[in-house]
Amino acid sequence: MHRYIIQRLLLVVPTLFGAAALVFVLMRLIPGDICVVRLGSGGGTFDERAVAACHAELGLNRPLILQFFDFIWGFCHFDFGTSMWSGKPVSYEIAARFPISLEVALLATIVAVLVAIPFGTLSALKQNSVLDLVVRVIAIAGLATPGFWLGILIILAILNISQIAFGAPWMPPIDYVPLWKDPVRNLSMAIWPAIAVGYRTSAVTMRMTRSAMLEVMREDYIRTARAKGLIERIVVNRHALKNALLPVVTLIGIESAFLIGGLVVTEQVFNLNGIGRLLVQAVQNQDYTLTQALVMLTVAVFVFTNTAVDMLYAWLDPRIRYA
Amino acid sequence: MTIAASNEATAPTLLDDLPGGPRSLIGRALVFARRQPLGTFGLVLVLVMAVAGLSADWIAPYSPTANDFAAMTEAPSWAHWLGTDQFGRDQLSRIIFGARTALIVGFSCAIVSSFAGLVLGVGSAYFGGRLDLYLQRLLDILMAFPLIILALAVVSIFGTGVHNVIIAITIPLIPRCARIIRSSALSIREIPYVDAARACGFSHSRIILRHMVPNVMAPFLILLTAFVGQAILAEAALSYLGLGVQEPVPAWGLMLQGGAEEYASTAPWIAIFPGLAIAVTVFGFSLFGDALRDALDPKMRDR
Amino acid sequence: MSPIGDKPLLEVRGLRMHFPVTEGSFSHRKVGAVKAVDGIDFTVRRGETLGLVGESGCGKTTTGRCILRLERPTAGEICYDGVDIAKLQRRELLALRRRIQVIFQDPYSSLNPRMKVGEIIAEPIKVHRIERNTARRRARVRELLSVCGLDAKFADRYPHEMSGGQRQRVGIARALALEPEFIVCDEAVSALDVSIQAQVVNLLEDLRERFGLTYLFIAHDLSVVRHLCHRVAVMYLGRIVELAECNELFDQPLHPYTQALLSAVPVPDPTVEETRAFRPVKGEVPSPLNPPSGCVFHPRCPLAVERCKGTRPELRELYPGHWVACSEVQQ
Repeated sequence: MHRYIIQRLLLVVPTLFGAAALVFVLMRLIPGDICVVRLGSGGGTFDERAVAACHAELGLNRPLILQFFDFIWGFCHFDFGTSMWSGKPVSYEIAARFPISLEVALLATIVAVLVAIPFGTLSALKQNSVLDLVVRVIAIAGLATPGFWLGILIILAILNISQIAFGAPWMPPIDYVPLWKDPVRNLSMAIWPAIAVGYRTSAVTMRMTRSAMLEVMREDYIRTARAKGLIERIVVNRHALKNALLPVVTLIGIESAFLIGGLVVTEQVFNLNGIGRLLVQAVQNQDYTLTQALVMLTVAVFVFTNTAVDMLYAWLDPRIRYA
Repeated sequence: MTIAASNEATAPTLLDDLPGGPRSLIGRALVFARRQPLGTFGLVLVLVMAVAGLSADWIAPYSPTANDFAAMTEAPSWAHWLGTDQFGRDQLSRIIFGARTALIVGFSCAIVSSFAGLVLGVGSAYFGGRLDLYLQRLLDILMAFPLIILALAVVSIFGTGVHNVIIAITIPLIPRCARIIRSSALSIREIPYVDAARACGFSHSRIILRHMVPNVMAPFLILLTAFVGQAILAEAALSYLGLGVQEPVPAWGLMLQGGAEEYASTAPWIAIFPGLAIAVTVFGFSLFGDALRDALDPKMRDR
Repeated sequence: MSPIGDKPLLEVRGLRMHFPVTEGSFSHRKVGAVKAVDGIDFTVRRGETLGLVGESGCGKTTTGRCILRLERPTAGEICYDGVDIAKLQRRELLALRRRIQVIFQDPYSSLNPRMKVGEIIAEPIKVHRIERNTARRRARVRELLSVCGLDAKFADRYPHEMSGGQRQRVGIARALALEPEFIVCDEAVSALDVSIQAQVVNLLEDLRERFGLTYLFIAHDLSVVRHLCHRVAVMYLGRIVELAECNELFDQPLHPYTQALLSAVPVPDPTVEETRAFRPVKGEVPSPLNPPSGCVFHPRCPLAVERCKGTRPELRELYPGHWVACSEVQQ
């Protein structure tokens, strides 16, 4: 097992290195000179010396290969340079915004899975019933509904319902309070975007749980379990569900990509100061240092999530040999 | 291996002529409609949107870009079926023209990326060796980027606008297609009819085009349909962020930007209808895609 | 039967096919090799049918694939009519493709499900420009179908509309389309029902007479081999352990492995069956990744002595035309 963990972690290195190389190349493809764009954004004239100074500051006058190693080395010790827009260190900007994004993502996954597994299972056990039909339609609608639109609808509902109920509109708070300081305030902020981005994850998980359950319930060992007189609850809980949930575990890793992407847009809807919003601002402001750092960060989060999920899978599934 | 492979090779699908079954396109469509009512419903939704987008110039009651400051944030009425936005533009007309943008982006991205994925996937599986190895590592790296994130990175380089959005969404879709087509093509490469073709001395291009590509059509068509929906969603997200399609081009995501939240309590129709248009269109593609998968790939039923 | 020539049409010498086992996602570091075929020699004379028998995984199919150049052998020579197939380049290979054809085991997966039967048979004729005229090509397809005992109407059918036996006939028709002289029959009847098997075996026999074909008949069903083959080679773990005239091999098997293999075939006569000594082979087939030293059969051999572990026995001609690779068997 230890060997497997180490091997799996070592596989992450080339992927991240390749991703870093790709980001580095992409950011050098930007047409024009970053410094000219930066200094000339006012449309006025700029002198050569200012451009040269800017090049020196950003290290752009060094050979490309050295720039690349600077870039990699920076990532290795969390030094991503300074934001070209705010002038603050990128790591500072990220550290301030990371907790809220992480919290929403975790909350979304937890809520999604907690809703999806029981409904997916029930849907499979009562195949072709009304409940099954409703669950399937809700699930397929989850694939079609843009998370950010769901967010807008949630805000719409909160505003109008609170207006009717309290006589004054209420909006979820937008400044971040850590969970341990004021859990009510924290959750009343984080739960709405979590629902908005989590719906898709929940829908996909529900579909997966349903189809996996349907498949497992047809297996011979389920028939055997029933034939030896086990009550249905034990057949389902101990024999079917355990096997059906294995593919669902992998799904969570794959879905984390959609979750990250969904967060980028949903944070905008709820005015949450998270990583996603920061990335959108960075792209809008043509802040390339910040953009490349944030893109790399999301890639790293995604890759490590999937590695963790693989390990969890290997630990849960006795058939996987750690070779 | 042989048993699994033989099932795969022989399970008749809608692409085959079933014995005694209908052979014309219309006949097959009718069989599909009878067996897959939900999928047909999805197809109808898609077709309605497509017709709306294609004939937008004739059926839209107003110009999608004309401001009418006398009729700002008006509720749905006989004059404006879906109300007007904060600039007095007719929502229905903007949604009809938005269908055109959504379908252009959706189909361009889906067609370009799935054809690129088909070429890479089948080529990689057929030639194998070092080419396959390096291509797989490259695809691994591209797959490490969540779709929207890579699209944002591309937008930050090429800028916004319809064409750049198409590029930005197509690039991350390519590896997702290539990966699935490759695994499908790998299993086909092991099936003896490909060996038989090699033993007959056929050229690489003939083996790939006549013997491999037709047999990966089922996953290819399923992916193509799924990608249209994904691309429409991604375009809406980018446009909503202000990093996609730009005004004055009518686009659903763009319609949700700005006014939707600001007027949430006074003019909720601004937020509701464009989003509904996105959801209904993608819903239609999802239903149709599910049905297509059932019809083309009997093994994947219930998934 | 058509006369069998003296000159060998196919000469296989020292053929080895090792599949590398690699590790690592970038480097493809070689960590071992599956020795599917590990140094075999045999010849096939013109007009002759050589049977190649053995358990699954013994390398008989790989041997066939090397002769067809579907695999490039690791070492050794495959001389076909004086030309070494193993070393041919792609261009030169093309001419050879017309002369050597193949019939596969599984009639379900050896035909492209998206092509009509007529297209499947016509394709090689078209590609090799044997018949450029479409109408004449269609006539040729009908002729080939009828040679293989199928009605001309099957040309417009898809493979999945036909039975296993009919598909196998289509596979044979495709092989004949290029007018080859040598056909590798890779378990050509193993996947068919017994009643169909007999028909297809008879068809193969007829075609051999009619077109003077030479077969390499790869099979594990010994009764079919006995019926069809002139000579038989027995393979075990990538090596040939015995090679003899068909009747000689069945009546007087010399190698302990051949004896065990033959004793596993039931005799359809209860009284004979009663008296027969059934000698099952003990143990499992070792992995071709790591074959035993010396004689590969020694861990399971009833005759094994100490020296079998050390030296690999070569094929030697114990009786005229009867070759065996065992150091313990004597005349």
